[in-house]
Amino acid sequence: MKSIRLKAVCAALSGIAIGISAAGPAGAVTPKHGGTLHYVVPDEPPSYDAHRETTFALIHPLRPFYSLLIRVNPDNPSSPTDFVCDLCVGKVPEATDGGKTYTFKIRNNVKFHSGDKLTAHDVVATYKKIIWPEKGVVSARKAYYVSVESVSAPDDTTVVFKLKYPSGAFIPALAVPFNFIYQKSALDKDMHWYEKNINGTGAFRFKEREAGAVIRGERNPDFFVKGRPYLDGFDAIFAKKESLRVQAIRGDRAAIEFRSFPPKSRDDLVKALGNKITVETSDWNCGLLTTVNHKSKPFDDVRARRALTLAVDRWGGSKYLSKIAIVKTVGGLAFPGHPLAATKKELEQIAGYWPDLKKSRAEARKLLKEAGVDLSKTYYFNNRAVDQPYKIVGTWLIDQWKQVGLKFEQHVFPTGPFYDMLRNKKTYDVSIDFNCQSVVNPLLDVSKYLSEDRSGSQYGNFQDREVDALFDKMNQSGDPKEQRSLMRQMEKLVLDTHAHQFMTLWWYRIVPHRSYVKGWKISPSHYLNQSLDNVWLDK
Amino acid sequence: MAEDIFMKAEAMTATALSADIEAELAAARAPFFKAFGKWVRNQPLGAGSGAGVIVMILIAVFAPQFSPFDPVVSNYERLAEAPSAEYWLGTDQFGRDLLSRIIWGARTALFIGFTSAILGATAGLVLGVGSAYYGGWVDLLFQRVMDVFLAFPLIIMALAVVAIFGTGAENVIIAITIPFVPRCARVVRSNALSIREMPYVDAARALGYGHLRIILRHMVPNCMAAYLIMLTTFLGQAILLEASLSYLGLGVQEPTPAWGLMLQGGAEEYAESAIWIAIFPGLAITLAVFAFNLFGDAVRDTVDPKLRAR
Amino acid sequence: MHRYILKRLLLVIPTLFGAAVLVFTLLRLIPGDICEMRMAGTGGYFDESAIQTCREEMGTNQPMLGQFLSFIWGLMRFDFGTSMWTGQPIVSEIALRFELSLQVAIMATIVAIVVAIPLGTISAVKQNTWIDYVVRCISIAGIAMPAFWLGILIILGLLITTQHWFGTPWMPPISYRPIWEDPLYNLSMLIWPAVATGYRYSAVATRMTRSALLEVLREDYVRTARAKGLWEKLIIRRHALKNAMLPVITVIGIEFAFLMGGLVVTEQVFNLNGLGKLFVESVSNNDYTMTQALVMLVVMVFIFVNFVVDICYAWLDPRIRYG
Repeated sequence: MKSIRLKAVCAALSGIAIGISAAGPAGAVTPKHGGTLHYVVPDEPPSYDAHRETTFALIHPLRPFYSLLIRVNPDNPSSPTDFVCDLCVGKVPEATDGGKTYTFKIRNNVKFHSGDKLTAHDVVATYKKIIWPEKGVVSARKAYYVSVESVSAPDDTTVVFKLKYPSGAFIPALAVPFNFIYQKSALDKDMHWYEKNINGTGAFRFKEREAGAVIRGERNPDFFVKGRPYLDGFDAIFAKKESLRVQAIRGDRAAIEFRSFPPKSRDDLVKALGNKITVETSDWNCGLLTTVNHKSKPFDDVRARRALTLAVDRWGGSKYLSKIAIVKTVGGLAFPGHPLAATKKELEQIAGYWPDLKKSRAEARKLLKEAGVDLSKTYYFNNRAVDQPYKIVGTWLIDQWKQVGLKFEQHVFPTGPFYDMLRNKKTYDVSIDFNCQSVVNPLLDVSKYLSEDRSGSQYGNFQDREVDALFDKMNQSGDPKEQRSLMRQMEKLVLDTHAHQFMTLWWYRIVPHRSYVKGWKISPSHYLNQSLDNVWLDK
Repeated sequence: MAEDIFMKAEAMTATALSADIEAELAAARAPFFKAFGKWVRNQPLGAGSGAGVIVMILIAVFAPQFSPFDPVVSNYERLAEAPSAEYWLGTDQFGRDLLSRIIWGARTALFIGFTSAILGATAGLVLGVGSAYYGGWVDLLFQRVMDVFLAFPLIIMALAVVAIFGTGAENVIIAITIPFVPRCARVVRSNALSIREMPYVDAARALGYGHLRIILRHMVPNCMAAYLIMLTTFLGQAILLEASLSYLGLGVQEPTPAWGLMLQGGAEEYAESAIWIAIFPGLAITLAVFAFNLFGDAVRDTVDPKLRAR
Repeated sequence: MHRYILKRLLLVIPTLFGAAVLVFTLLRLIPGDICEMRMAGTGGYFDESAIQTCREEMGTNQPMLGQFLSFIWGLMRFDFGTSMWTGQPIVSEIALRFELSLQVAIMATIVAIVVAIPLGTISAVKQNTWIDYVVRCISIAGIAMPAFWLGILIILGLLITTQHWFGTPWMPPISYRPIWEDPLYNLSMLIWPAVATGYRYSAVATRMTRSALLEVLREDYVRTARAKGLWEKLIIRRHALKNAMLPVITVIGIEFAFLMGGLVVTEQVFNLNGLGKLFVESVSNNDYTMTQALVMLVVMVFIFVNFVVDICYAWLDPRIRYG
């Protein structure tokens, strides 16, 4: 475990491209206290209960009100292995008992906003709700914790997790930012209480909500880290239109947007405001996929599917698509830059990533002929009615397939009907798909590509027991070298040999913000590092 | 009358036509041109906009001939370029020629506009006249149904249609036609109601003419004025509605060129650095609807005797 | 008169019922499932049983007739229930947005009336002169211009001109404060969408004023007044304008009803937290209860406005109430 951690940190720092064009002097500056941070959020959360929701729209306004057990290190959020204690004391514990037991010591000085003290029993009640929800209670991520056998509190300041088998995926799963720690007494009275109410232990207290407009928070004077937060409060303003969010930053109605802007908006902001804008970028733990409907002729033939991926010029596409869309890095199934991800050389062995585009497309045409694909027919491409990056990449994909003679028509749907087509109706030939996760955890993240009865989010209508077996072996292995080799095998099967689903490009985060916002560091996921307790305004 | 004169002229083949026969000939030809010339003088706006409408129709029909480039082909080297000698109106964010997309966009706009306007107005005419003619329970029920559709918010209807049937030109036409029908039906119905009371309708009934004959021969022709007015009004509105729906992402989809679609998304993103992407499609919509509305006004002024200038 | 009012009121009920049936059916026909939307949002890993639990909670797996009956029953008690998306009571969800939409609608109406009546009058009186043509062109431009395009141009214009003149770009506030709390802030935010909407609104009203006035000016009693030797201005103000106002009021009323909830695109452009935005969101989220409540609200506003206009007509024009 230790060696992979060192390698991971080095790989993370060198592999993941973080561009920070800082305005003022970096390094040892004393944070100033005071001020209200205004930021724009593209969407409004449906309910307040983080255990049941999956949208970033809940994290951005509500995360500052709560604490987690452990979290991604806010000073190094790009590292997929650097976790620190939030409510626990000291360092994140190592596993004992053959890798099956984790013991956490809980802080003694934490108070809920209502005034009650936090104990280990609150943590236990929270995780019981997440892992084994009662009937009628929704827990969106309970499948992350299938390895957990029990969670208990032997005393008021200790929490013990017992696993069924050792798992490298457990600690990252614990740090998932949706695991807000709730109060046991509130949950005992009503499991649904947190859907409409807010009472946490975070750096900020809930001030007010204007339906559809804004959620406001104010400083928590009893926060368990003395001297924090630096801010007096924040306003999370909801603004659906992207161009308006960009204008808001330009007109200083908001200081930052925590998701991402397209490259053009970044260029405009930098041009208009010069060094009043700081741009932070990072690879995004979100992959844009193409899912092929295995039950739709002719794509039940593996040759036709391989032709689809061989036709796409990923290396060239990355160059110009990254100028107009929020995509960039060419990668395989695992987050690029993670130790489990493929190197460029390894990628180039996979169909669709060959350095010689002409050869690739010739092979595609040959396969189409062999498989007897009807090139006069126009096939159905299902896409989501959002510009970035779905429609842009979708339009480009159709152009790529045209180069080998395959005609597709793009059918764009708003989110609801898009999901309906993807999950239920399944009358499409090929569809856009995506795999977005919070904490970078490739061992779990690739569960999307499993057989449809195992995955829960695989919509291509196929079963592949070989892939399932590789996944299980990989997740139960403790050896990073073995994990890596199994990951390469799984990748080759999914992307090349059996050609089930294809990764087009990995998304790319671009966050231009006002330079007076300090302390916030970008991470590979817009779900991470949103507690705002280390953010301050240099005004 | 003209025929008599021509026959007279032919009868005098060899000999030169006398001056008064010449004059009679000229007078026979005159009524059409004279009336037309008078109309142009009385309604300069209408004539001008009518010419504009004809130009638009020609451009739409002959789009492949007029547009310099293929509107869906992207030139990734020339993204969002300013207007130049090569690209008269510049390129959009995908590197497609803006002028070609506007020309082809006219085709989409006019196709959708005319289809939905004609369908909506005609359906409204049929339903309005039928309802007025049959009266009684039929009329009462029909009015309530029309009320429901009139009150029902247009956007929700369009959203629902698109969500159920999908995007694309045909479904946009359905979504736009639906609000037109009750509006036309209402106007036509009030017109037809007054005609139903006319004595000649009673007479026709007494003579034993069938319902259909009475409706088609007596009532419909008298509602023509209202029908034409609603039709020309709908033309402009349909283009605007299509633009709004495309802007919301509910209309035609990429890469089909359509004016509203060109204003969506990318246009706002590029609105400052590449302002032509935002300006020209909006200008095209405005000018098109402008022309249709002015023309509709002129039609109304001509057809509705109460509004002629004194 | 009372019989007329009663008759009109009775006719409202089938319209409301028809609207309820229509919205209920339409929504159920739209593909998509609110539970799927919430869970599957990330495109990643989640639980099938979570979706089932969610469906039971929402009641979407009950038979259609049962859902429809509970909807109608709720309507009759004026109990709109809770939003399926947020779980909060619908009335409180709508209240803030209603306030904002109402203010924008009122401001746009004021703009429209202030502009339309004088312009329409001048245009009618000086028919077919160059003044008439100019006014007609301006009005038709207002109707022809897409509202969202005008909004985009306004915001851009503000940003660019303020940057040019003052060095720092200014844009209207993006979060709402009620007018009694901070009038300057509130007005600086809402004046722009009010003007963008009011331009179009005034165009419609101008044209209606013009055509109504033209009709009235041809009436016999106007001719008599002229023959009597009255000043033209007096004729217009005392006789013609009053009679021409009826159709103008109708048009203003109907447009106002449309403004409540119809300003979807303008609200998007200016980021207004109004009814139109709520509409689009709740339909996109497949939030049945919220959309149903909103549609019924808008339909009721429309019916109410129409009702008031009809009563005014009947009161002012006796021929109608006895017809």
